Amino acid sequence: MSATAVHSLWTTAAEVEPLGKIPTPHIEYAQLAPVLIVVGAAVLGILVEAFVPRRARYYTQLFLTTVALAAAFAAVVGLAAGGYGTTEKQIAAMGAIAVDGPALFLQGTILLASLVSVFTFAERRLDPAAHGNRIDSFAAEAAAVPGSEHEKAAVKAGFTTTEVFPLVLFAITGMLVFPAANDLLTLFIALEVFSLPLYLLCAVARRKRLMSQEAAVKYFLLGAFSSAFLLFGIALVYGYAGSVSYARIADVVEGSVRTIDPALADTMGNDALLLIGGALILMGLLFKVGAVPFHMWTPDVYQGAPTPVTGFMAAATKVAAFGALLRLLYVALPGLAWDWQPVMWAIAIVTMLGGAIVAITQTDIKRLLAYSSIAHAGFILAGVIATTPEGISSVLFYLLAYSFVTIGAFAVVTLVRDAGGEATHLSKWAGLGRRSPLVAAVFAVFLLAFAGIPLTSGFAGKFAVFKAAAEGGAGALVVVGVISSAIAAFFYIRVIVLMFFSEPKPEGPTVAVPSPLTMTTIGVGVAVTLVLGLAPQYFLDLASQAGVFVR
Amino acid sequence: MSFPILTATAVLPAVGAIVTAAVPAARRTAAKWVALLFSLATLVMAAIVLVRFEPGGDRYQLTESHAWIADFGVRYELGVDGIGVVMVALTALLIPFVILAGWHDADPVETKSSRWRPTQGFFALILMVEAMVVLSFEATDVFLFYILFEAMLIPMYFLIGGFGDRAHSGTDENAAAQRSYAAVKFLLYNLAGGLIMLAAVIGLYVVAGSFSLSEIAEARASGSLDMATTTERLLFLGFFFAFAIKAPLWPLHTWLPNAMGEATAPVAVLITAVVDKVGTFAMLRFCLQLFPEASKWATPVIIVLALVSIVYGALLAVGQRDIKRLIAYASVSHFGFIVLGIFAMTSQGQSGATLYMVNHGLSTAALMLVAGFLISRRGSRLIADYGGVQKVAPVLAGTFLIGGLATLSLPGLAPFVSEFLVLVGTFAAYPVAGIIATFGIVLAALYTLVLYQRTMTGPVKTEVRTMPDLKVRELAVVAPLIALLLFLGVFPKPLTEIINPAVEHTMSDVQKQDPRPDVEAAK
Repeated sequence: MSATAVHSLWTTAAEVEPLGKIPTPHIEYAQLAPVLIVVGAAVLGILVEAFVPRRARYYTQLFLTTVALAAAFAAVVGLAAGGYGTTEKQIAAMGAIAVDGPALFLQGTILLASLVSVFTFAERRLDPAAHGNRIDSFAAEAAAVPGSEHEKAAVKAGFTTTEVFPLVLFAITGMLVFPAANDLLTLFIALEVFSLPLYLLCAVARRKRLMSQEAAVKYFLLGAFSSAFLLFGIALVYGYAGSVSYARIADVVEGSVRTIDPALADTMGNDALLLIGGALILMGLLFKVGAVPFHMWTPDVYQGAPTPVTGFMAAATKVAAFGALLRLLYVALPGLAWDWQPVMWAIAIVTMLGGAIVAITQTDIKRLLAYSSIAHAGFILAGVIATTPEGISSVLFYLLAYSFVTIGAFAVVTLVRDAGGEATHLSKWAGLGRRSPLVAAVFAVFLLAFAGIPLTSGFAGKFAVFKAAAEGGAGALVVVGVISSAIAAFFYIRVIVLMFFSEPKPEGPTVAVPSPLTMTTIGVGVAVTLVLGLAPQYFLDLASQAGVFVR
Repeated sequence: MSFPILTATAVLPAVGAIVTAAVPAARRTAAKWVALLFSLATLVMAAIVLVRFEPGGDRYQLTESHAWIADFGVRYELGVDGIGVVMVALTALLIPFVILAGWHDADPVETKSSRWRPTQGFFALILMVEAMVVLSFEATDVFLFYILFEAMLIPMYFLIGGFGDRAHSGTDENAAAQRSYAAVKFLLYNLAGGLIMLAAVIGLYVVAGSFSLSEIAEARASGSLDMATTTERLLFLGFFFAFAIKAPLWPLHTWLPNAMGEATAPVAVLITAVVDKVGTFAMLRFCLQLFPEASKWATPVIIVLALVSIVYGALLAVGQRDIKRLIAYASVSHFGFIVLGIFAMTSQGQSGATLYMVNHGLSTAALMLVAGFLISRRGSRLIADYGGVQKVAPVLAGTFLIGGLATLSLPGLAPFVSEFLVLVGTFAAYPVAGIIATFGIVLAALYTLVLYQRTMTGPVKTEVRTMPDLKVRELAVVAPLIALLLFLGVFPKPLTEIINPAVEHTMSDVQKQDPRPDVEAAK
């Protein structure tokens, strides 16, 4: 970089924006209402932990969380009804947050998915009561060393980790901002806001605590790496474009920027900054999405985390991360499409095939679902690559369909239990169809939806992304997708075989009778799966109306 | 708007399935009667469709069309041509026999927990399959057809895997393992085919911009839709692959003997006489209509595959020791004839192939169901375990013989007419293929008669000595089928009258005319 360019960097800056004239940020509170409601409730939740007596905390927190999520969803619906998804879309909070169709659609999906998965957080009837206290899936006292006297005392005293409710609300806050983030810094902050609570939530399982803590450490370490990559990428892209705003970056990438000062003129020519920076940012997002080769954490974390958290994470994180990925690629880097498309092609192919093939060898139901979620990430990437409006709307629809199937499936996993808690080893599921036909049938519906069998939401979603990909010129990707679906079908079918065609083992697990909370979760999951499979038209319309980004 | 009779024909069994499944666990017999009544009502409905269908009228009749998923360009479009209406009738006709023949197949062995209701499940699944198969014969929207084509695998899969044949040689555990192997093999083969087809379905939409059979055909005829040769061939292959697995055509047939061997006899009939027909039907309706040029391009290879199916299936049938597997390989051979007739691209060949679908359904149902009665009496599927049955149970042996003779296409029985038509049609276009196919008939005589000789004649085996003859319920299954075989063998005209106009439409799709007889060519 020449001396004049560096010089001009601060002289022009000083001339244009003298220090005394920093404007007060203008915040559109109404348009940010969904996020503000959730974060407000999270803060209240912490106060509840501090001031409300221990016995009343569970109910207070559950009430607060449910009401906040419902209110936030109502706010999203209100904004959408006000046309913010279509005609009135705009950029709020000084360019930091976009209020547009994809953002509102995904926020709505995240809020609904969170609402039903919070019910599984609150489930307290699956395990027999210990010392006269009802217990949930979370450790009595997370800080107590597993197996210590301290832990036993906490269990005996009937402590419960009601902190999970404010934690999940904070995570949801981050997830709501993530797909709406309209500059790179907001993107990074949102990522951290939802990641940190998730690391904690992974660590607080009541049973198999060491495994849970191990999962959390793995998730945290790898997550920290990916955050660092993301941040480094942001720095490089800022170095290239001189701005973190998506619109500005897009202009610079396309070369359509109006005022080029000498500093920008100097960095703009340096494609290495842009390409390496863009790749690093993508890496960070693909890590959250769980795409091969950034998927290594997925099986361990999914297996170790408390199952309600796994379900929440698998659904909501994926929705948020794909939303952010879509916005980054479609709003900030469309001018770079020729460069990122081949890379994404390769990633989509290895993700679809890798997830499907490795899943075949799994013997634990949670790990199996983890690899299945990797394969699904590949299918969604096929829609992302389409770079057409149909591509956006198909991804939105897929995310909606997928999140409810996932939450439902993990909710069923929490029901199948033996003496050691959840019986997640596949061999224990043998003959489940004979013992509890209804539970097995419901799980079979979810598995068929995962496999993309017609008349389920999984098929409608898969068809939508494949169609978008084919129309976007990625026919080969569709063929690979179809082949990996065939491979994936094998292990879904294997579980069904195990449940229905194997004789039940005498010492097999029992199916716990859940409270109406988990029943609601599973019921909603089944209903959404079937409705989106049989009559998806309304939701496809919604997704295609919502399929335009603001810039 | 007129009464949507085609929808009703499919909805009726679907409702029946739900009602049957909802019958309380203890009322097993009631569930059976409910299922039977619904299947009979469907038969009545199908008969009405058959009567209201005018052979000389429009190509697709009784059409229905409703918006469904506009975003995918999908409409709920139904309509039947002469081929479809006959297939609907065949399906509706066979299901009551399947239900009646499987009356005791799903009775629980011991009283399990009260929530496990195998009987209700068994009959509900059969009706579910019927609903989907009927609707797939009626669908004129490619997407709707695809959905049904895939979805019918699921109930079928549970029928194969969940309700195996109790007659087996090994231990219980061994049998369960074999059964679930057969069910998984069935599902994976067909699912793989279906998913390849999915890629082709999407590709078709990208190229044609519509899923409607009539719209695409119109666009092709008017020249507004011009497919590149390679595209058309790839799409054709995608569709054909799925149908060839379903049909099943050599070398994609290997799932059929497993599935038919392990399933109960009525379910085996359901597989080969009903569900597999969707494959050959779809070749006629979709492959030839949507991709005429590619169909002609692929004809030589497909004819060779069909010939291999005919001869190879028959040879393997000769070598079988298991009665049900023998019938399965015989079916592979027969499906070879059907495919041969379709792709001979002559009107006799295609009429014969369509007629063959019906007759094969009837004859295999008769043979397989009687074989099922036989097997359930002795508890073994092995041919070597039988001998001299005709002395102990003459009616059973007699019906078995008629079923067998129908399978080998004895003149006077219905399959003779169709096999003759297929061969005549093939000779006209591909004489060498015709000659090779004729060997299939010789081999059919061999495997059927050897099967009869080894099981029914000779000295009476000790285990067979107390074997009871056919009961009333079993006679009620077999007698109508045999009567139909005899009737259609002597007087096939009612069927051919319905089928022929539809075949002519298909022939004009592929722009083929029958080759003129050699005498005229010599002039």
